[in-house]
Amino acid sequence: MIHPFLFLQWIEEQLHLHIGEHVTYTWLVMAILIVVSFLATKSISMIPSGAQNFLEVVVTGIDGLIEETMGKEGKAYFPLIATIALFILVCNLIGLVPGFYPPTANLNTNAAMALAVFGITHVVGFRKHGIGYLKHFMGPIIWLAPLMFVIEIIGHMARPLSLTLRLFGNMYGHEIVLMIFLALVPLFLPIPMMLMGVLIALIQSFVFTLLAMIYIAGALEEAH
Amino acid sequence: MEFFAWCMMAAGLGMGLGSIGTGIGQGLAIKAACEGVARNPGASGKIMTTMMIGLAMIESLAIYVFVVAMIILFANPFTDHVLALLAH
Repeated sequence: MIHPFLFLQWIEEQLHLHIGEHVTYTWLVMAILIVVSFLATKSISMIPSGAQNFLEVVVTGIDGLIEETMGKEGKAYFPLIATIALFILVCNLIGLVPGFYPPTANLNTNAAMALAVFGITHVVGFRKHGIGYLKHFMGPIIWLAPLMFVIEIIGHMARPLSLTLRLFGNMYGHEIVLMIFLALVPLFLPIPMMLMGVLIALIQSFVFTLLAMIYIAGALEEAH
Repeated sequence: MEFFAWCMMAAGLGMGLGSIGTGIGQGLAIKAACEGVARNPGASGKIMTTMMIGLAMIESLAIYVFVVAMIILFANPFTDHVLALLAH
């Protein structure tokens, strides 16, 4: 169940390469992001115009979101959060263009990002609190600690799983719905679904970013 | 062949049952959010953000069912086994 025609896949077939379509399209998204940011920041001026203006709005928006969710401490994690947000957003939106495949509609891409967030959460926690970070897992009452420890560990393990599956399920489900509608009525019927796809793309990238922020902020705060 | 018919049944029924609970949950969440915004329009930004997180959390339940349904339909681990049994 993939797009009927993927142009990068076609190029790969001409070159006799065997790379998954999600990898090639991830590279494409990376190239788009790098080139756009390079072009926008090539001639920075005090009074922004054009691409620089647009990127400033985006960066300021993400900055405000981090400030609102994580407070002053969150500033240090701006590069990670903003990269994840922009990458997922572009990945999701690229799937709406015929001939493109959203890399987020594949488990591996999402698992990579979710595991990165999982890793950074605990690294940040241990760096901030030292060995006292373990108190986060102990719960409020000391003699309940063995029980709470197991529950918290399961809860923390479920985070990357749910992050991965949520994004994957939404994007993949949307792809499948589009394919089915295209097979049933190719004319006009997929258009409302594609409109909803724009909404899903925005909301899912927002949710992933927000949850990443909340997890990191949770590791930063003092144990309850 | 009956195996595949039951697979279809399981995927469809599971998705439907999973959607019931998710629908009720999301409806309740949105109802509460709407009431909150109606009472205090000034807090709409914060309510919106919280509601989005909550909806995403609830929605992931349906997404899990969807993933399981897709596994049953397209990546069923028992398909090869059943086909081998059917062959002889």
